[in-house]
Amino acid sequence: MANALVNVPARARRGEVIEIKTLISHPMETGYRRSQLGTPIPRDIIRLFVCTYNGTEVFRAELHPAIAANPFFVFSTVATESGTLAFQWTGDNGFSATESATITVD
Amino acid sequence: MDRETSRRKFLQTAAAGLGLGAVITVAPAHATPAAMEDAIRRVVGSARVSKGRVKLELPPLSENGNTVPLTVSVESPMTPADHVRAIHVFTELNPQPDVVSFRLGPRAGLARVATRIRLANTQTVTAIGELSDGSFWSATAAVVVTLAACLEDA
Repeated sequence: MANALVNVPARARRGEVIEIKTLISHPMETGYRRSQLGTPIPRDIIRLFVCTYNGTEVFRAELHPAIAANPFFVFSTVATESGTLAFQWTGDNGFSATESATITVD
Repeated sequence: MDRETSRRKFLQTAAAGLGLGAVITVAPAHATPAAMEDAIRRVVGSARVSKGRVKLELPPLSENGNTVPLTVSVESPMTPADHVRAIHVFTELNPQPDVVSFRLGPRAGLARVATRIRLANTQTVTAIGELSDGSFWSATAAVVVTLAACLEDA
């Protein structure tokens, strides 16, 4: 359902600062809009995004309705060791999505 | 009073008026609405927020308030002893002042994050960097929004 895209370099030198980009499809309904019948549209947003590097948290974002639909993040981390970067999005109405990427550090 | 002096007088008064006008229009840009001030206080507590060290990049004019690119960077060596703990973004005229809070640490290597935000109005956006020594630094940017978010369908 949720379509997530992550961009992580496949290889990096040890100690290098790498840039990570993530994008996920989500309407991020603010809860402030009304339908054509005048009834409020309930809030439905992603509230939390966490990135872990071999199990250690390296980045976290707490989202509010002011984040545009299809949340996009660019952040960086230090390439310390080969392994897996795991990404997790959680939000309203039990929303949860995960994605992962592997990186080779030499 | 001959014509020449009255013209000079008029120009002087006009110039003074313009100067005063400029002062009056500049002043409200720094006065932040109470809601944003409260939201900042909730995050910062009683600590002092100083200007500087934070760089907030936003387009000066945005045609679509539903998606406005935002980049925040903080000057920091990002070592375990001296790093950026968090970056918070606030707006003054959105329905809710909070936009996003990023939590980083020495593992980030570089204190620079980017995302896309919604802006309901032409307004000033504030970014606050929280450092490991407990100090807070801020930067502001004014954005003119032609199509407001929240009112139109995305």
